[in-house]
Amino acid sequence: MAKVIVNGEIVENTWRRLTSEELEQQDVPAEGAVIVPLAYWLAHRDALLERAAPVGVCLEPGEEPADLAADLPALPLVAVNFPAFKDGRGYSYARELRTRYGFEGEVRAVGDVLQDQLFYMHRVGFNAFEVRADRDIEEALNGLRPFSVTYQGDVHDERPIYRRQSA
Amino acid sequence: MYVYQDYDQRLLEERVAQYRDQTRRYLAGQLSEDEFLALRLQNGLYIQRYAPMMRISVPYGMLNTTQVRKLASITRDYDKGFCHVSTRQNIQLNWPEVADTPDILAELASVQMHAIQTSGNCIRNITTDEYAGVNPREIEDPRPWCEVIRQWATFNPEFAYLPRKFKIAVNAVPDADPALIGVHDIGVQIVHDHNGETGFQVWAGGGLGRTPMTGEVIGEFVAWPDLLAYLEAILRVYNKYGNRDNKYKARIKILVKALGADKFRELAEAEFAELKGGAMTLTREEVARIKACFVDPDYRTDVDTAALRNALDQHRAFNRWYHTNTRAHKKDGYRSVTLTLKKTGRIPGDITDEQLEAVADLADRYAFSEVRTTHQQNMVLADVAEDELYDLWRQLDALGFATPNLGLITDIVSCPGGDLCALANAKSVPIAEGIQRQFDDLDFVHDLGPLDVNISGCMNACGHHHIGHIGILGVDKKGKEFYQITLGGRGDRQSRIGEKMGPSFESHEVTGVIGKIIRVYLDNRLENEPFISTYERIGMDPFKEVVYG
Ligand code: HEM
Ligand code: SF4
Repeated sequence: MAKVIVNGEIVENTWRRLTSEELEQQDVPAEGAVIVPLAYWLAHRDALLERAAPVGVCLEPGEEPADLAADLPALPLVAVNFPAFKDGRGYSYARELRTRYGFEGEVRAVGDVLQDQLFYMHRVGFNAFEVRADRDIEEALNGLRPFSVTYQGDVHDERPIYRRQSA
Repeated sequence: MYVYQDYDQRLLEERVAQYRDQTRRYLAGQLSEDEFLALRLQNGLYIQRYAPMMRISVPYGMLNTTQVRKLASITRDYDKGFCHVSTRQNIQLNWPEVADTPDILAELASVQMHAIQTSGNCIRNITTDEYAGVNPREIEDPRPWCEVIRQWATFNPEFAYLPRKFKIAVNAVPDADPALIGVHDIGVQIVHDHNGETGFQVWAGGGLGRTPMTGEVIGEFVAWPDLLAYLEAILRVYNKYGNRDNKYKARIKILVKALGADKFRELAEAEFAELKGGAMTLTREEVARIKACFVDPDYRTDVDTAALRNALDQHRAFNRWYHTNTRAHKKDGYRSVTLTLKKTGRIPGDITDEQLEAVADLADRYAFSEVRTTHQQNMVLADVAEDELYDLWRQLDALGFATPNLGLITDIVSCPGGDLCALANAKSVPIAEGIQRQFDDLDFVHDLGPLDVNISGCMNACGHHHIGHIGILGVDKKGKEFYQITLGGRGDRQSRIGEKMGPSFESHEVTGVIGKIIRVYLDNRLENEPFISTYERIGMDPFKEVVYG
């Protein structure tokens, strides 16, 4: 089974992410934790909530975290897809999920997720990373801690550095 | 200047280590071109026509002489012995080796310098008036606010992969725009309310390049504690909604235009409402800490101004330089001196390693060990006592930095153009040189008065051609180099985009056309009327008639 970084540890990935193309061909399997696209979630929410196994939702760039806000208490996981690492919209989405909506479940970066972006992703609220399959996930783990200093606050500590120093 | 705390220094050192590892992985084939591209850009490294170009950050144009000497040794040891002052107050190296770049960054870090976020789709260097802190017309020193913004922008995790690059400038002069805030993604105008409390008028959506436009006022009055929250709100709206499909439509100016300023403001204000009063709110203590880095140097109180008057009476060349290249200072007995890096035949803004060292020596002796870079690609010694001006002038003259042409037709702002840049449609340096040679009579140049000529080799507008009183843009016509001319742009009192004159010209025609434009001006000007005012009074038509007639 594929690996994923969750809370700083490399673990087995127990979630299966289904794309909208896949969901045109098949139904959501009865067993196992799944991640579905936002549109699918909005269309099938009640049925999905009845599943015994967990369901998470994946946001694509251009979709609004606000559309998921009311459902967040029922969700253990929200994934944010990065079709290309250079598309930085997902950083604002993660931050919004954490600070505006107070989401405390897993926020998972999926797609073009690479070592050199993990630190920033972590700071804006991602706590899980599906590193791109062709990359060494052990090495990618180094990407979580390149800096011991940060000027701004972030979702973990909203205080900028000068407020932390004097505290 | 801002003085680093241990944490500022640690951050730089960690950055060098991170980048060294990234470069190693790239050279070992573990990072793709495209992946390394985004990382190296945020460390200032472009790959150019002939070699990489490295852009070194000079926060709001401030350098101490230790830093200037370090730049000199870097250009000598890692490059061809000269570097280039850019139109955003940065310093560019033209021929570093990719494999050397981590070492260059380590050298820079040893003097509190870096190349962080000098390219790439992130928040770039914060710029301001080159006379900040000494300009008698400013309402307060803008540099502490630049530094506050710099720290917020540095490695801001949410805004490292924006749709496009993002430039912020700060201005503290009430009725002029020396920082060009009107053509920045965000322009911050410092204002005071009736109690004298600092606040900011925040503009967004200006920019040059393709589709040049001036910004719109988004925040009419943002109280100083809220500055960062307000900027963050604007950046978040841009990060979420800026166009990412077409790089030519990706700047914030296109978003502001597409939504309209009112809608954009509504979105930004909604974000701001949530951030206001939170942990980003600036504290009096922190602002005071940063302001304490920008205190006045030990100005002398015994400056002998009679000595200056004597020298002005006796030396015509000195007199001319004094009136052209020095500026009034907030402190009696002091002037700000601009070193023009515009000697005919040199690339505008270029400076050699030895010249950098000479400038550092002069700054140590005459200007409290501080040097500034300007967006007109010159350098400034901001605090020179009037009784030392004559000595300084003689030494600057020997170095070739006393050409008395600041703000005149031969003080041309130009990008490197086709001689160096892979994106160029046309060369720009020979055009600058042609104009400088045509106007080689200093008396005539002085008689013409203030005139901004700006040249860019392509639409990217590195030479800010849109805001030149006369703007020259390299265009490609069936593989040949042509030049399009605009008139009436302004980056002096206010920012305004110039108007196209008509069909473009071949390179050998350009100097002749400039000559005709000048002739029309001379035939029409009123007593003491500068070029731009004549243009604004008589309009484009008289110029067109003569040039195309
Ligand atoms: C030597 C090679 C250079 C290359 C390849 C280069 C590349 C570019 C490119 C691609 C752009 C537009 C794209 C973008 O917005 O990022 C740009 C914009 C710009 N460059 Fe350069 N540049 C070079 C040199 C310079 C120099 C020497 C200066 C300073 C004189 C400069 C100053 C600027 C400025 C101010 C802009 C922004 C104009 C605006 O949109 O406001 N560049 N450059
Ligand atoms: S304006 Fe064009 S030609 Fe000139 S430096 Fe910029 S990208 Fe190159």
